[in-house]
Amino acid sequence: MSHSDIEPRQQPKSLTDLFVSFSVLALQGFGGVLAIAQRELVERKRWLTNDEFVEEWSVAQIMPGPNVINLCITIGGRYFGLRGALASLAGLLTVPMLIVLLVALLYAQYASHPGVAGALRGLGAVAAGLIVATGLKLTAALRKNVLGVGTGIAFGVLCFAAVALLHWPLAYVLLGLGLIACTLAYRKLAP
Amino acid sequence: MTNTVLQFSWSEWLQLFTHFLSLSLLSVGGAISAVPDMHRFLVDKQGWLTDSQFTASIAIAQAAPGPNVLFVALMGWNVGLNAGGLGQALFGVLAAMLGILLPSSILTYMTSRWSHENRELRAVRAFKQGLAPIVIALLIATGWILASAHGDPARDWPLWLTTVATTLIVWRTRLHLLWLLAAGAALGWFGFV
Repeated sequence: MSHSDIEPRQQPKSLTDLFVSFSVLALQGFGGVLAIAQRELVERKRWLTNDEFVEEWSVAQIMPGPNVINLCITIGGRYFGLRGALASLAGLLTVPMLIVLLVALLYAQYASHPGVAGALRGLGAVAAGLIVATGLKLTAALRKNVLGVGTGIAFGVLCFAAVALLHWPLAYVLLGLGLIACTLAYRKLAP
Repeated sequence: MTNTVLQFSWSEWLQLFTHFLSLSLLSVGGAISAVPDMHRFLVDKQGWLTDSQFTASIAIAQAAPGPNVLFVALMGWNVGLNAGGLGQALFGVLAAMLGILLPSSILTYMTSRWSHENRELRAVRAFKQGLAPIVIALLIATGWILASAHGDPARDWPLWLTTVATTLIVWRTRLHLLWLLAAGAALGWFGFV
């Protein structure tokens, strides 16, 4: 049982809160922000439960555009409408953009240093682990899924095999497996 | 690195902007899925970026903190640098980022508002519940693909070990993620992984 399912829900207090929260979140995200987003939004800030996080993530994933950007627009928009979406987006992008441009300038100087290449390799290995662990944590959300745990795991395994092992294009996997899974869910939700 | 300065007028800036604009709605799964087409246009067709600038843009954005989509900002930045200087570079960032983000963000905003207002609808619930196991598996698959870039497990086992250890620690403890990232960078800097 994760804490977040029991402890009381919080919500962002203001546009500034959204901006700062998403800035802090983005600045911890090396090699992608999703692992941090789950940790910050679900476990620390408790703006969402694990189940809600997965639901919002599903929409963010299926829509075109960067997932984390879509997620922050959804969450910001939920509480403060368009202004909330813009404040979250600005938080997610502004400071990281300045840093990435700075890194690009530095990289031009130090790209050949063996320590830099090594550090990037080490960061990459940790980032891969963060993402796998986030996926494993979110499997907790499947317990309440209308598909049932067994069917849910079956869809998960098929999706993993198609994308990670067979390297099928993401769009086909999402469309194909997604359509079947959503149809099944639709039938199980029959009143 | 190109030494010749590109000649950029409004028509070229507009082309840069509309190229990213046209890829925005096609980038399901993130802007990274549109990378092959960016390469075709920016490097092969227009010659606005060199191959090494293109690759470095992606690598740096992944290594730096923040969303990976910032690699698009770096591409705009580098195109601008090739076109003259820092002022053009900032303009390039703006053109590229607005292009890649505007259409998809507007669509997402409207869709998320609609789906929240209609969250009790059977179809909306089925959509979210049905996709849940798939997007969770996608995450694990993404981590797997990143880890596979480590190469041969027999030779590169320290990298694999780092990934497995990170997975277990993050899954089972609440240790701050920045400690893990710092440890990974330090292990790499001193040549342990």
